[in-house]
Order: sequence, then C-alpha cells, then structure tokens
Amino acid sequence: MHELSLVADLFTIIEEQARQAGAKKVTKVSVSVGELSGVVPDLFRSAFQSYKKGTIADKSRLQLKMVKIKFKCRSCGREITARNIMDESFSYVCPACGSRDMELVAGRDLYLEKLEIET
Amino acid sequence: MEQKKKELLVLEDILGSNKRIAGEIKKKLEEHGILAVNLLSSPGSGKTSLLEKIGSKLKDNYQLGVIEGDIETERDAERIRKIGLPAWQITTHGACHLEAKMLAKIFDQIPADLDFLFIENVGNLVCPASFDLGEGLRFVLLSVPEGDDKPKKYPEAFITSQVLALTKCDLLPYLPFDTDRVIKEALEINPALKVFKTSAVSGEGLDELCAFLEAELKLRRHQNARAITGS
Ligand SMILES: Nc1nc2c(ncn2[C@@H]2O[C@H](COP(=O)(O)OP(=O)(O)O)[C@@H](O)[C@H]2O)c(=O)[nH]1
Ligand SMILES: [Mg+2]
Ligand SMILES: [Zn+2]
Repeated sequence: MHELSLVADLFTIIEEQARQAGAKKVTKVSVSVGELSGVVPDLFRSAFQSYKKGTIADKSRLQLKMVKIKFKCRSCGREITARNIMDESFSYVCPACGSRDMELVAGRDLYLEKLEIET
Repeated sequence: MEQKKKELLVLEDILGSNKRIAGEIKKKLEEHGILAVNLLSSPGSGKTSLLEKIGSKLKDNYQLGVIEGDIETERDAERIRKIGLPAWQITTHGACHLEAKMLAKIFDQIPADLDFLFIENVGNLVCPASFDLGEGLRFVLLSVPEGDDKPKKYPEAFITSQVLALTKCDLLPYLPFDTDRVIKEALEINPALKVFKTSAVSGEGLDELCAFLEAELKLRRHQNARAITGS
C-alpha cells in the first residue's frame, strides 16, 4: 500500500500549483495512471478521499485516466499496445518483425495532468 | 464576488520528488565509486540470508555496508552486524517500501570509502518497485517455494530489475517449480535480465553472483573514470 505516500506527494504538487495560480479552491484533480505504474486505482482513490480533508482540494473530484502499456520495436519502429502484460499471451517479441529489441514507451508513468480551480 | 472556474494544465510527475532525491543519491554514490544494490522480494524470499552469504564472501576484499529496510524491527540489521558488517536500519513505520528521502536522511552516516552498499528493501514485490533509490543495480529475488508464476503477476519488479536471483534452489527437488518457465516468462517481459540460480543453504550460484558484482563494480568505475577525464 504505497498509494498513501504517492497521494501525499500529489498534494504537495496540488498545493504548490494552486498557490501559484491564486486558486481559492481546487474542484477537480486529473491524474494519469500507467497500467505498469504499480498503482492500484481503488487504493489510490481511497487514499485521496481521506487525504483531501481540510486541504484546498477538500471538495474536489478525482479523475483517474488509465494509460495502456506501449512498446516500441527498436528494429522496425512499430508501436505495440499491450492489452495486458500479465496475460499469458503477452510476449516481448515484435509481431511485425520478430525482434526482441523492444522499448517500453508508455505505461510506467504516474502524473498530475490537470487541475480545475476556482479563483 | 464572482467565482471563476479555470483549468490548469500541470503535467507533473507525482514520483518527481522521489526521482529528484534518488538522482542526488546516485550522483554521490558515483562520485565515491560505490555500487549500490537494491534488493526486492516478497517477505521471506531470502534477502537477508543471501546478503549474509555474499557479504561473508566479499568482505575480505571489499568494503561493504548494508542498509536494512523494515516496517518495525531491527532484526535483519543485527543479523548483518553478526557477520561483521556495518548495517544501518531504516524503519518505515508502516510504509511498505523504502523511498529515496528515507535514504537521504541517513546518507551522511555511510562511509565514502565503501565498495558495495546493499539495500534490503521492505519485503514486498509490488510497492518498492515504484521507488528509485539511486541504486546502480536492482535485484529481484524469487524463492522456489513462492511458485513459478510470479514474473507476469508482478511485472514492474521484473521489468525494473537488472538481475533475477532464484533463491532456495536447494528446494527444487521437493517442490513443483518449473525453472525454465520462470526464466522464459521473466525474459519475455525483460530480455536484459541476468538470471542466477542460488541457494544460501547449498551455496549454489553464490560465487557466480559475487563474480558478477565484482565485474560490475570494475566496469562502472572504469566508465566513471572515463566520463570524468572525458576520454
Ligand atoms: N531451504 C532454504 N531456506 C532458505 C534459503 N535462504 C533463506 N532461507 C530461509 O527462508 C527464511 C527467510 O529468509 P530471510 O533471509 O530472512 O528472508 P527475507 O525476509 O527475504 O530477508 C528463513 O527461515 C531462512 O532460513 C535457502 O537458500 N534455502
Ligand atoms: Mg530480511
Ligand atoms: Zn519490429
């Protein structure tokens, strides 16, 4: 359960951004969650709900946008979206050219995408 | 007064502060020529046992130190001190992983003349994978009793590691564990993984693992020296 520490870091960013923008309130928080980021969305939500109390984002809604895992083949340049890396059928081989030289290009990140604020 | 709603585009990495601190630690480690190894596994996979064994092998020729991450106790640090190595305990008080800022707090206590700094992370195959500690190498340990279906269940730990140590291989004759399947699945999600079959009981694979660590230390120091002289 590392979601609570992540949410604490998220609020550091929210408060800093809100202060810079002169916001009175934060009404919506949009977070982008890579499927390989190690974040469990339900745990992140509940951590957010308990952490937000008494902060500038007290009444805010949390929107989580899941980002699929994407690989790029270094040999032929093809991009492959993995449905699920945990799936039995998943394999680290380029379906176009058979190369194993694949690079993970999306799905690991976790970032605060945008805020809706009231000034 | 009228309320105005506005959208702010932020695009900021939530792990950014951890990454920044990890980057500072990494830089210091490189300056001192210390190779830090972050060990990840489920509780009881044999992290401390492996460290006791390879620590005993390496300590005659190298300066070693061990950071022990644990939720509450200091037991593992005591085990390491018993074999004559310095150990620093980080108790996370409930957190299921180490973070770079926890390391930064005790970093001043770490002697600059170490060769290897081992970091035993909190026993957990999920959470520690998300937190870079500035380490030079990440090991994921998987013990034979845990079963052979783990790489695809915990992909982040396997994808972010450079070494997979299969531990407790002395138990292979007694348990259904398909070594080839584990290695195949692990390499499917991370083709660059180096795999070692080890046992802290029989000693299998430990010399190979130590030789690998020594070679990595040498290689990295060589690369560092070249980077500094710019040749
Ligand atoms: N059979 C066998 N048992 C082991 C081996 N390594 C560790 N163990 C046992 O597994 C248990 C957990 O080991 P420990 O090193 O404390 O695991 P950690 O929680 O990952 O640090 C202990 O009871 C060890 O004696 C091994 O190579 N073979
Ligand atoms: Mg231990
Ligand atoms: Zn290809």
